[in-house]
Amino acid sequence: MKHLLSAGDLDRDEALAILDTATQMHAIQTREVKKLPPLRGRTIVNLFFEDSTRTRSSFEIAGKWLSADVINVSAKGSSVSKGESLRDTVLTVAAMGVDALVVRHHASGAVQQLAGWVDCHVVNAGDGTHEHPTQALLDAYTLRSRLGDLADRHVVIVGDVTHSRVARSNVLLLNTLGARVTLVAPPTLMPSGVASWPCTTSWDLDATLSGKEHGDVDAVMMLRVQRERMSGGYFPTEREYAIGYGLSPRRLDLLAEHAPVLHPGPMNRGLEISSAAADGLRSMVLDQVQAGVAVRMAVLYRLLSGAADSSTGSEVTV
Amino acid sequence: MSIVIKGAAPLGGAPVDVLVDGGVIAEVGTNLSGDQTIDGTGLVLLPGFVDLHTHLREPGREDAETIATGSAAAALGGFTAVHAMANTNPVADTAEIVEQVARLGAAAGLVDVRPVGAVSHGLAGETLAEIGNMARSAAAVRVFSDDGTCVHDARLMRRALEYVKPFDAVIAQHAQDPRLADHSACAHEGPVSGRLGLPGWPAVAEESIIARDVMLAEHTGSRLHICHVSTGGSVEVIRWAKSRGIDVTAEVTPHHLLLTVDLITGYDPVYKVNPPLRPAADVEALRAGLADGTIDAVATDHAPHASHDKDHAFGEAAFGMLGLETALGVVAEAMVNTGLLDWAGVADRMSVRPAVIGRVAGHGRPIAAGQPANLTLIDPSGSLLVDPAAQASLSRNTPFAGHTLPTRVVATLLRGRPTVLDSGLAEAVSA
Amino acid sequence: MTSHARTPVSGSSDPTAATVLAAADVARIVDRMAHQIIENIARPTAAGGSFEAVLLGIPTRGVPLAHRLASRIAVFADVHLPVGSLDITLYRDDLRLRGVRPLGETIEPEGGVTGKTVILVDDVFYSGRSTRAALDAVADLGRPRAVQLAVLVDRGHRELPIRADYVGKNIPTSPSQRVRVSLAETDGSDSVHLVEAATTEEGEL
Repeated sequence: MKHLLSAGDLDRDEALAILDTATQMHAIQTREVKKLPPLRGRTIVNLFFEDSTRTRSSFEIAGKWLSADVINVSAKGSSVSKGESLRDTVLTVAAMGVDALVVRHHASGAVQQLAGWVDCHVVNAGDGTHEHPTQALLDAYTLRSRLGDLADRHVVIVGDVTHSRVARSNVLLLNTLGARVTLVAPPTLMPSGVASWPCTTSWDLDATLSGKEHGDVDAVMMLRVQRERMSGGYFPTEREYAIGYGLSPRRLDLLAEHAPVLHPGPMNRGLEISSAAADGLRSMVLDQVQAGVAVRMAVLYRLLSGAADSSTGSEVTV
Repeated sequence: MSIVIKGAAPLGGAPVDVLVDGGVIAEVGTNLSGDQTIDGTGLVLLPGFVDLHTHLREPGREDAETIATGSAAAALGGFTAVHAMANTNPVADTAEIVEQVARLGAAAGLVDVRPVGAVSHGLAGETLAEIGNMARSAAAVRVFSDDGTCVHDARLMRRALEYVKPFDAVIAQHAQDPRLADHSACAHEGPVSGRLGLPGWPAVAEESIIARDVMLAEHTGSRLHICHVSTGGSVEVIRWAKSRGIDVTAEVTPHHLLLTVDLITGYDPVYKVNPPLRPAADVEALRAGLADGTIDAVATDHAPHASHDKDHAFGEAAFGMLGLETALGVVAEAMVNTGLLDWAGVADRMSVRPAVIGRVAGHGRPIAAGQPANLTLIDPSGSLLVDPAAQASLSRNTPFAGHTLPTRVVATLLRGRPTVLDSGLAEAVSA
Repeated sequence: MTSHARTPVSGSSDPTAATVLAAADVARIVDRMAHQIIENIARPTAAGGSFEAVLLGIPTRGVPLAHRLASRIAVFADVHLPVGSLDITLYRDDLRLRGVRPLGETIEPEGGVTGKTVILVDDVFYSGRSTRAALDAVADLGRPRAVQLAVLVDRGHRELPIRADYVGKNIPTSPSQRVRVSLAETDGSDSVHLVEAATTEEGEL
């Protein structure tokens, strides 16, 4: 594996290898000495064109616990307005002898584009409204920790699917892992062409959570809804959104006992998620954050630890 | 000095000799001779192409294209006249600017550069530009367009249509409802945009404006032209409007006749264009519309961009692709090789009708004695390997780089003077 | 480093594989090693009966060996040593010479390693690089009182100044040969084979 750009890049074996590696990495987090040596001498640049304290910190800790040198570069603000092209910015950073770029960008596809310009490894830390593959991996890790094997499990993803890179990556990865996905959103927040995605869809959260529409539910993932979507006419008011698509205490009771609640954060309490859901026993929100470091350690380890030319080679199993 | 083109087939018909002298076609016959001979054996002679939609970038972005380099690209593509769009910096919204553009075009001397005037002041879509002054100027503007943005205000559009009537001019509309497809919209709204997470540019944003504007054209009794039609729905609306007797004409770009939306899957900004590339069904409808005459003309929307305006994330890169030097090859592949148009049809859509729409005197005329010698000689069995570095345009943003397109422009004559010979610019041009 | 393809070895059907130890030999050797460990370190403390030693198996085959030693020690001496496993993958010095390696499991023995005599258990002792990696890995778990090494087979060719405290069997080998240890827990049955590798490898650890 040379890059991690899309959750769709991962076949089942590679996805499971990352999740299994993350399990070992997770165990190490409980130790007194958390630092491991495999990426000693490697340099990772977190190149963030968009602020994200949570994802950036998670990648930074992951890299440091693997003994890599991690440098944060904030390239916030459109490079268009600075007069420098994205290509210039990226080549400048890459020219400093970087082994891997972890990139967050506000424009869809930017990470995929720049991966074609550099020689080093590239990890997509979220691009526009396209993908966020490590989020999907940590979600899958979290779900596995509660549900075990995800094959034939039914995961419901609720909210602003149109503008969600989390939803796109999760649909792809969960599908690869054999789970069933149902997307729930008002029609205005359902992406065009969603019928061609490997999932089912619904406009009715109650019917979906109760299992009436697409069968019993094993987990529910709430997406963040940005308040500015209201001005875009995607929904009338916060109140109406919360009533139609928020995870209220009443809706929580529709779920089977074993079904966890996930949210990629940051949460809009009272809008897409009630405090009862966010703080309750089903909530795995903090587990997700903790899994984030382990999963990113696993991704960095699998991208960076092998021989330089082993990206396409077969794995050695000794 | 006279030139004879020997043995070429006018409009693909029977081969003849064509004698050019004094800027006009002196004689069409057999066994003609002149001071200079161009061997036309196996070649097709067409009236010089007329482009209704060219961005020459001068004044303002001379790093991307100049009137001189754009003229050279046009001549190499077989064009003898181009319409220079108004979205320059400063905007071509006064007589002074359009006269300067026309002057620079005449100085380059490779094609007739016909300036397009802005419809609204500064392309802001609020108040009318000095349409009358531009029409009455030395540049004699006959096409007005805010291309790049839509004249979205219905009242302003109505006034513009009414106001140009005394000048026999036409309003060329960039049909894009800015509320349905704003400045961020960059991918045809559908499964591909949904999957890639790119802001969608729905077909209805174009179709609804065309529907509104044909009704305005009917109401005002004015001439309306639709720029770069890109959807099957738009073709249907225009077909309906024409059947109703509305004075509407339309153009399609070469790239919309050949390229489809799935090309953007790799986020390569070379495929970012406005309107966006559409699904195959739309491409089919556009070809059919061009074949049956619903769409009148092929217009390149030649849009040069410096690489530093394209080397961005897809959503942030500039819209547009080069078109002048590849237009014939693309039309040949999409329309001729598919049997949808013969060479007479190509002449009609790339020369005759655009000259009429733009009121470009002396272009798009029959190949007959006494007519101005604006001619293009093409090799229908030739081909063109597209090499961006070898193009005359200052920019490199062609989506056809590395592709081989059918046919080749061999020679172009502007009023009897060769601008292109042996598929290259004619260096020593004598008057 | 372009190719690290390993010649697949398919058990006793391999004509180049010579049996060095049979199942009964393995059992006997494990018993002997258990006795040696008891003699050397398994002394009761003043607190009464508890042995201040732990066994740490190095995956893959060091782990079942550690468990076998623990159970034989329990039989012979009626004392129960905590057993753990210590994955050394992340500490290896050849990570960049090959493709990505999957991780094994690290399980700390009950009571941890700090202050204990840690006995590392591995199947084959060769260059000493695995042991070096294991010493680093142990240090990240805690601070043992002492670290010892127990190996089933010592095939020689040390590349580092490291020696074993308990050796089941010394087997002279050439660098082109491979020692293949099979254990019931991981391979279905117990045996040790010497295999002529088709290609010379750089440093079997």
